[in-house]
Amino acid sequence: MSITLESKIPSGPVGQKWSRYRQDMKLVNPANKRKFDVIVVGSGLAGASAAATLGELGYNVKCFCFQDSPRRAHSIAAQGGINAAKNYRNDGDSIYRLFYDTIKGGDFRAREANVHRLAEVSVNIIDQCVAQGVPFAREYGGLLDNRSFGGAQVSRTFYARGQTGQQLLLGAYQALSRQIAAGTVTMYSRTEMLDLVLIDGHAKGIITRDLISGAIEAHSASAVVLATGGYGNVFYLSTNAKGCNVTSTFRAYKKGALFANPCYTQIHPTCIPVSGDYQSKLTLMSESLRNDGRVWVPKKEGDNRHPNEIPENERDYYLERKYPSYGNLAPRDIASRAAKQVCDEGRGVGPGGRGVYLDFSAAIQRFGRKKIEERYGNLFEMYERITGENAYDQPMRIYPAVHYTMGGLWVDYELMSNIPGLFVIGEANFSDHGANRLGASALMQGLADGYFVLPQTIGGYFAAQKNGKYPADHPEFRKAEEEVRARLNRLLSINGKKTVTEFHRELGKIMWDNVGMARTESSLMHALERIPVLRQEFWENVNVLGSGDDLNPALEYAGRVADFLEFGELLAYDALQREESCGGHFREEYQTEDGEALRNDDKYSYVAAWEYKGVDQFPTVHKEDLKYEEVKMSQRSYK
Amino acid sequence: MNLTLRVWRQKNAKTSGQFVTYQATDISAEMSFLEMLDVVNEELIKKGEEQIAFDHDCREGICGSCGMVINGTPHGPLSATTTCQLHMRFFKDGDTITIEPWRASSFPIIKDLVVDRTAFDRIIQSGGFVSVSTGGAPDGNAIPIPKEDADKAMDAAQCIGCGACVAACKNASAMLFVSAKVSHLGLLPQGHVEADRRVLNMVATMDEEGFGNCTNTGSCEAACPKEISLDNIARMNRAYAKALFKNKLA
Ligand SMILES: Cc1cc2nc3c(=O)[nH]c(=O)nc-3n(C[C@H](O)[C@H](O)[C@H](O)COP(=O)(O)OP(=O)(O)OC[C@H]3O[C@@H](n4cnc5c(N)ncnc54)[C@H](O)[C@@H]3O)c2cc1C
Ligand code: SF4
Ligand code: FES
Repeated sequence: MSITLESKIPSGPVGQKWSRYRQDMKLVNPANKRKFDVIVVGSGLAGASAAATLGELGYNVKCFCFQDSPRRAHSIAAQGGINAAKNYRNDGDSIYRLFYDTIKGGDFRAREANVHRLAEVSVNIIDQCVAQGVPFAREYGGLLDNRSFGGAQVSRTFYARGQTGQQLLLGAYQALSRQIAAGTVTMYSRTEMLDLVLIDGHAKGIITRDLISGAIEAHSASAVVLATGGYGNVFYLSTNAKGCNVTSTFRAYKKGALFANPCYTQIHPTCIPVSGDYQSKLTLMSESLRNDGRVWVPKKEGDNRHPNEIPENERDYYLERKYPSYGNLAPRDIASRAAKQVCDEGRGVGPGGRGVYLDFSAAIQRFGRKKIEERYGNLFEMYERITGENAYDQPMRIYPAVHYTMGGLWVDYELMSNIPGLFVIGEANFSDHGANRLGASALMQGLADGYFVLPQTIGGYFAAQKNGKYPADHPEFRKAEEEVRARLNRLLSINGKKTVTEFHRELGKIMWDNVGMARTESSLMHALERIPVLRQEFWENVNVLGSGDDLNPALEYAGRVADFLEFGELLAYDALQREESCGGHFREEYQTEDGEALRNDDKYSYVAAWEYKGVDQFPTVHKEDLKYEEVKMSQRSYK
Repeated sequence: MNLTLRVWRQKNAKTSGQFVTYQATDISAEMSFLEMLDVVNEELIKKGEEQIAFDHDCREGICGSCGMVINGTPHGPLSATTTCQLHMRFFKDGDTITIEPWRASSFPIIKDLVVDRTAFDRIIQSGGFVSVSTGGAPDGNAIPIPKEDADKAMDAAQCIGCGACVAACKNASAMLFVSAKVSHLGLLPQGHVEADRRVLNMVATMDEEGFGNCTNTGSCEAACPKEISLDNIARMNRAYAKALFKNKLA
């Protein structure tokens, strides 16, 4: 297959592209929509909103998730909020400013046209969610409240206490439930997609495993939408839910879909530090805490006095010192690296010296404890539950952790991958955040894709298509089913000595130490040597007990880790190829004198989209050049 | 610390289960309850025994996946806390801990500690939504909502659908879960329009799914990790009576 990267960006000024696109797009006759079957894999914000909206439009939808209910998708855990350019505060916000902030926050590595569209539909999202009954925070006058978030100087973040993701997802889940009742959507919970099926080069279905009965099934459709989230768990420890995985997008990659910018991974600055080897995941403390919390470490190395005993003049509020205009609200990548730096200098706090303080005493003095409780009560509670410490009386301890992945399957303006009929939405695609995502923008993107963009653009594909779908016993389905069965049987028959978790932990350690917050050519080369060795050992020595014919969590997990063991290598290749620092990708060789990321726009202002060439083969990189017509590229500065 | 676990093991829905005793050794107080089970599971696998199956995902107390009855109490001894957020510092060396799945006929056991809670999804499908399709919604600030109402709606909306309320109730009633959704939507002007239809349909589905009656013992509220209040049940009962009455008149 020869590959050309056609971004299909409509012509015209950036502010008119989306409306022009909609004027020109081909429509599917309402009576014909019923004839098109759409598979939506994933029921998070992106998947649930897409499945519900496609159902409302009259398409025949099948939606899949691996949890026992679509309401439990990882999106449920988002805490802080969702951005929208409503300018309800009258503080100078606008669609243009949200667009600009997102492009700049992404370190000039995102597509202008996509980002502008995102900013445009952001306002519709809030309206839609309010109409669904999402209980956003309100002011006494009854109007919607906002808060500020990192990387922006306006207050444009809408929130529902510390549970914004939960409330938005429940809104989408309820809309989805309404369509399930109406018969337009069939829901398959506890069902995992294990392969993508292509017929004549088009995505025409998937192979799934029923996680309760173990049955391998073929599902045929006119198009496939992947909304399966991010790949942060390749690092083993992350803030992602335990089940988050790369399987569906990686399977699609192996079938020819291009994987774009996998090295753009976001490390979140405010997570609860690791406490021991048994640690199974890391917990995020919402970034919104940085609105009122001040970040500091002792000025002296190895100062292990109780934080309350360290006098003001012996504390280094390093974010305020280094970035006076953004201070504690500096973007995530910058705040994370700054924390690593002070810990590397030996000034970190808590177990192993990998932690910094997030201190609320000034805010409590200023606004009173009650106000702080109202704003962050549930987060303080969560912190206490996990650490046993009370953050009203002493500062929280935080440390950066893997949180979000900007990379994902390559998609064009219509959110279609290079495989016709395969659409990718939400965190699973690469599209809108460039090299770094701003806080409260993932929820916005997931819902923009699912409610407002994909349901429109998918019609263009159908309108131009004659061959709708194929019977599920087509030879391509049979072949893919057999491959899936063979792989599961192979996993079950190795009977080695090590558990899946042990392999996952080892992979995570390789990734975090060598491909984590700071990368160098030699660390990446080291990772590229170690990962294939570990992968080989996995296939010779993993122990997966039980059978494939009933609920078997070990088998599910083994399949996901097997994919991570290939994917980690791709991530490292991408990081090695990109000889610059930008956003979440920091190469130590490329930094300014004061330690900031040093981009190389002449050579690297492109999207790197990788083509699979076989296990143990070097993948081929394809490049989509990024053109900045609206925004002038500049060195990102938050000083 | 070292602990003795009595864990419910059941191969699948068709077979019967029994308690099996395991030793959990070298457990640190900083571990979460699920991390303690992870440690036990790793040892089981090393011994060639299948791991204990349990549902979990976010491990942050928000997805509602996890849920087990710990020493007779759904989600264990700490109030307002899901199993995944329970930490081992609340147990002491030498303790024996009994771990069982939710027990309710509407939540059939799938394997070990994993149960089928899809009845909750079907209840929501029968009316737990506002009937608005994507597009055409008015401006988010078009209808001001008093902060107190929005806050009360949010209190109810926090339900994570875990099912502990059902597991705690001697009648296996789902009233707390259903009333939380009825209240959340009914308290907001957007959800008010369909309030009558919603409550009638959701209660009917709840009954069809075989959940028991509410006899006001309040054990659901005590077990609820999100502190969903019994007031919601009272509110739903009033809404239900009103809707029935209106239906009769019509
Ligand atoms: C702790 C935390 C807090 C966050 N807070 C914020 C915030 O405040 N604001 C913000 O904007 N963003 C936030 N984010 C990021 C944001 O939550 C996610 O990026 C976003 O929710 C992803 O949504 P999604 O729909 O793309 O995928 P997900 O919600 O991850 O959903 C993935 C879906 O795919 C399904 N799936 C996956 N693989 C398979 C498979 N093989 N077969 C079948 N189904 C599969 C899953 O079952 C699930 O339904 C936060 C993230 C974390 C981790
Ligand atoms: S009401 Fe409480 S116990 Fe019942 S499902 Fe909701 S959160 Fe769980
Ligand atoms: S695992 Fe999500 S609530 Fe416990």
